[in-house]
Amino acid sequence: MATIKSLDDLRKMKESLQSKINLREKGEDPNSHVQIKVAMATCGIASGAKTVMEFMMEELEKRGIDSIITQTGCMGYCYAEPTIEVTMPGKEPVVFGYVDTKKADEIIEKYIKNGELVDGIIPMNYETIDKK
Amino acid sequence: MKDLSLHILDIIQNSLAANAKLIEISIDENERKDLIEITIKDDGKGMSKEFAESVTDPFTTTRTTRKVGLGIPLLKQNAERTGGCLTIDSQLGQGTIITAAFKPSNIDCPVLGDIAGVISLTVSGNPSIDFVYNHKINDNLFTFNTKEIKEVLGEIPINDNSVYKLLKELIQSNLEEIESIGYKT
Repeated sequence: MATIKSLDDLRKMKESLQSKINLREKGEDPNSHVQIKVAMATCGIASGAKTVMEFMMEELEKRGIDSIITQTGCMGYCYAEPTIEVTMPGKEPVVFGYVDTKKADEIIEKYIKNGELVDGIIPMNYETIDKK
Repeated sequence: MKDLSLHILDIIQNSLAANAKLIEISIDENERKDLIEITIKDDGKGMSKEFAESVTDPFTTTRTTRKVGLGIPLLKQNAERTGGCLTIDSQLGQGTIITAAFKPSNIDCPVLGDIAGVISLTVSGNPSIDFVYNHKINDNLFTFNTKEIKEVLGEIPINDNSVYKLLKELIQSNLEEIESIGYKT
């Protein structure tokens, strides 16, 4: 692949990109994407959230999984950073803590591909005693 | 933070939290002046004078999940450690400009890091926000504007996973080029 250096290069790439995207979206409704939010506050970044997000971006594309990856703020689990929230189509969001690239790989292979739960889930509905 | 690009990634999150629609990131690396200047300008909700004065205090934060906010204090500490400084210029309702100056010859100066990755990740992670990224290395300027990119891409969403790689490559190859040119005069 030639290096992309200008907007023109990008324009030339557009066609092949478009066909690739069309191919992927065929027969699937737009809500079928896996949605992933990476916590990107100071705590997350300092623990390596950028590496995780980069890994997710590259691997999900490589493995042909339709996904939307966005950044979000601190979810309040600073002790467990980097954290990611994965929402499978039609399912409740699940938050995973202590995600490094190895864990991210496990999440893709087990949870995203097969729906199997993996270690490291942070229960979202957890309430402290003084809240009750 | 391990490198300057991570600081940038972090400070951009502040702009996003302030509901900015356009964020301008400028980096000016100048060996002759022994200066790396990073400016992040947004059109978010801005800060009051009192708040702007107190944000370098780690115990000032707008977040509700905990009581400390370390993004700006850490950046300030790192800048000052190299003999540089941090300035914040904010107008309520107008936006904020935050500038950090580093002295690259200082042994405590962190490396710039994977700036191409940071910019492309931020762009992909926030498709509805526009970013302008100006990077100057020794007088040679590279400009990246998501408005132009979005125009070229047309119907293809800018946050498509396959676009991210192209954006990163676009930035990386341009930075390598301007770095190799050297001074004009």
